[in-house]
Amino acid sequence: MPRRVVITGMGAVSPLGMSATETMNAMAAGRSGISRLEFRDVERLQIRIGGQIKGYDESHHFTRQEIALCDRFTQFAILAAREAVLQSGLGPMGQRSGVVLGTSGGGLQTQDENFRKVYEEGKNRVHPFVVPRLMNNSAASHISMIHGITGPSYTVSTACASSNHAMGQAFHLIRGGMSDVMLTGGSESMLCFGGIKAWEGLRVMSKDGCRPFSKNRNGMVQGEGAAVFVFEELEHARARGADIFAEVSGFAMSADASDIVMPNTDGAVQAISAALDDAGLNPEDIGYINAHGTGTTANDRSEINAVKRVFGKHAAALRISSTKSMHAHLIGGTGAVELLACIMALREGIIAPTINYEEPDPDCDLNVVPNEAQQAEVKATLSNAFAFGGLNAVMALRKAP
Amino acid sequence: MADFVSEKIVSIIAEQAMLQPHEVEKDATLESLGVDSLGLVEAVFAIEETFDIQVPFNANEPGSNAFDISSVQSIIKAVEKLLAEAG
Repeated sequence: MPRRVVITGMGAVSPLGMSATETMNAMAAGRSGISRLEFRDVERLQIRIGGQIKGYDESHHFTRQEIALCDRFTQFAILAAREAVLQSGLGPMGQRSGVVLGTSGGGLQTQDENFRKVYEEGKNRVHPFVVPRLMNNSAASHISMIHGITGPSYTVSTACASSNHAMGQAFHLIRGGMSDVMLTGGSESMLCFGGIKAWEGLRVMSKDGCRPFSKNRNGMVQGEGAAVFVFEELEHARARGADIFAEVSGFAMSADASDIVMPNTDGAVQAISAALDDAGLNPEDIGYINAHGTGTTANDRSEINAVKRVFGKHAAALRISSTKSMHAHLIGGTGAVELLACIMALREGIIAPTINYEEPDPDCDLNVVPNEAQQAEVKATLSNAFAFGGLNAVMALRKAP
Repeated sequence: MADFVSEKIVSIIAEQAMLQPHEVEKDATLESLGVDSLGLVEAVFAIEETFDIQVPFNANEPGSNAFDISSVQSIIKAVEKLLAEAG
C-alpha cells in the first residue's frame, strides 16, 4: 500500500486577498484582482494592468533586517507558509520535513532595482545582499529557517508550471518515504518595469483584461503572489488529529518536445491522462478542472482540445474554469494559488468561475463556468499547468479521506 | 568635519544595532552591540554610500583587514583616514 498524501494547511498572498480564505472567498464571488499597475516607469510600458497586490506594506510584516534580505517574492512565500503552518498546527519540523517551492523569476524585483542602479544611474556599488535576495531558492531557504525544516528542500523553476512541478515533487517525496511533511507551492513577483517590459516583447499580453475561453480574449495578464500548502503523509496527519482539506492523489509531467512558446495538445493529453492513471481515477470521476487558461488563443484552444481528447463524452459534463481571469497569471506561483480553487470545489462544492466571459468561442465549447460560481458535488479535481518550454504538470486531488 | 564623521558612523552602527545613537559607546565592539556579520557588511555599505569612499573590507576575513573594525572608535578613525587619503 503506497503512502498517501493529504493537505493539512494552506496559506496565500494573492491579488484576491491576504490569506487562503480571502482568496477563495474572492474566487467564489467572482471578484477581479486585476487593476492598474503602480510602479516606477510604468508610463513607459504598453501594458499597464496586472494582478498587483496593492496596499502591501512590507514593514507591517517584517523587520528592517528581514526586509534587507528578502525580495518581495520571498516575503509573499514566507507569509503564505506562516499561515499554512499555523493552520496545520505543526510545531518545529525537523529532518522528516522539507520545502519545495516553485518560482520563475525569483528575486526579479531585486535584480531590476539593482540593474537600474548600476546601468541607468551609473552607480558602482550595490547593496551587499543583492545576491541572497535575488536567488531563486531564497524563499525556500528562509522558510526552512523559520520553521526548523532540515529535510529535502529546494526550488523548482519551470516557468508557468513551476508551482505544479514543485508540488508534484513534494508529493513524491512523501509518497516515496523521504519525508512526512512538506511545505510546498510557489511564489512570484515580477511586476516591475523590467519584468513587464520583457513580457511585452513577446506580444502575448492583454492591455485591457484577462478573458480566458471568451472569443474576444486578447492575451494574458500578469499577477504576483504566493500560495503554500502543508502536504502530509496521511497516517502522520491522522495520528495528530489534523484537519485534512483534501488528498493529493496523483501527479504527472510531460514535455512537448516541440516548441519553446507554442503549446502542444499531445503533451497536454499525455500529462492529463497520466495524472488520472497515477491517481487511480477514471475520467468520469473528475468534476472540476482548474484550467491553465491563460487567455491566449493558442493556450485556450489547445487546452480545450486536450481535455476533449482525454475525457471524451465526459468533457461536456465536467466543469473547467480559469481563475486567472480573477487573479491573473502568477507565472511560477500560479499553480499554487489555483490549487485553492480545487480545494474549494472538493470541500465546499463551489466551482470558481471564469470571469470576463463575454462571447462564446465555438472552439472552447465546454462548461467554463462563465462569470458566476456554480455549485456541484465534486469528488476529484485536476489542476493543469502548461509552461513555456513545453513542460507540463498536472495535479489530481480528491476529497479528504 | 571630525564630529560629522563620528556622528554619521555612530548613527549607521546604531541603526544596525537597533539602538539610539546615544546608546552607542565609542569603545564598544560591534559584537557587544549585537551587530552580526551581515549587519557589519550592511554598515560598511552604508559608510561607503554616505562618504562616497571605498572601504577595503573583505567579509571572508573580517579580522585581517586594512580597515580596523575592532570598535566603534576604530571604525571612525579608519574612515577619517580614508577621507584624508581621498582628499
